[in-house]
Amino acid sequence: MHDKLNALPMKSVRYFALAVLLAAALLGAFSGRALAQDPQPPSDDQVNAVAKELYCPVCENIPLDVCPTQACAQWRELIRLKLSQGWSEDDIRSYFAEQYGDRVLAAPPLQGFNWVFYVLLGVFAIFAVVVYIRVVRNLKAKSTAADASAIASQPAEQDDYLKRMEEELNRREKSS
Amino acid sequence: MDQNVENSPKTATAERRSLPTWVVVLAFAVLIAFLALIGVGLRRVQAGPIVIGQKVPDFSMISFDGQTYNLSDFEGKVVVLNFWASWCAPCSQEAAELEEAWRNYLPGDEVIFLGVDYTDTEPEALSYLAKFDITYPNGPDLRTRISQMFRITGVPETYFIDQEGKLAYVKKGPFASLAEIQAIVDGLLQ
Repeated sequence: MHDKLNALPMKSVRYFALAVLLAAALLGAFSGRALAQDPQPPSDDQVNAVAKELYCPVCENIPLDVCPTQACAQWRELIRLKLSQGWSEDDIRSYFAEQYGDRVLAAPPLQGFNWVFYVLLGVFAIFAVVVYIRVVRNLKAKSTAADASAIASQPAEQDDYLKRMEEELNRREKSS
Repeated sequence: MDQNVENSPKTATAERRSLPTWVVVLAFAVLIAFLALIGVGLRRVQAGPIVIGQKVPDFSMISFDGQTYNLSDFEGKVVVLNFWASWCAPCSQEAAELEEAWRNYLPGDEVIFLGVDYTDTEPEALSYLAKFDITYPNGPDLRTRISQMFRITGVPETYFIDQEGKLAYVKKGPFASLAEIQAIVDGLLQ
């Protein structure tokens, strides 16, 4: 009886051990598949797409994608790391601005004092358009007035010329 | 033709007069705003670096381990402020000497060393600190505020601030030896 009672749990233990081994094997197989399905690391083109929007603060006015210094190479690797972690391009740009200042950005962000530059740009653009329209209008008005005065001063001469032309044509017709 | 020549100045005057007042006012306002902006920018650019003997304005640095260090916390101490970067080859020439100097002055509690990591990436910076076993507080120069305040011209650069909070000495380039660092610090402690 004892033996029988003891034998049953032993059997259960064996089944349990077998189940655990099977589960471990399956887990291993699936984890292997998961590793195989891991996305490719970001390509150089993906890294450079972000890098070209950023500037090196050490060697100013050189975009990060073409900057040859070691610092820039490290930054590009950091971009690669952030992209592989699933960061968006905007997130990366914000991170770089927070770390190294707005001067690393290709365009100043729309915040704080930077608004003044954008507003001024808009005002300059509007002013330029207004001036352009006015100049074009004035030029058109001038040329129209000049044409009108030219036409007004020419009809008598033109009539005389046409009249002579017609006479000449008629004369040649008759003679032929 | 003569008539046209006679009329042209009159036409130009009429055109000039015909510009609406708001356009003129706006143009002047924009011009003044633009000049003011240029003025502010020039003033900022021309504001010189902190000179020897000048009180160093307070600043704060968040270290790589997240602690905040304010310059004002170190009143009465000599502050050795070192700008470095992991990509800077000359910085590595002085790293061991700076750490050794820090360890020498640590028991006295009269000197504090602060490392400011200039435009660097954190993984490389941490590797650099580990490589040279640097134990004094180090942190990134966030938004390059500290380096702009001192108007550093490159790395490495080291600023020595005396016990009164005034800039006492500036070393541009790497230190030649531990003795060089100690000579400057000892001079400030006396």
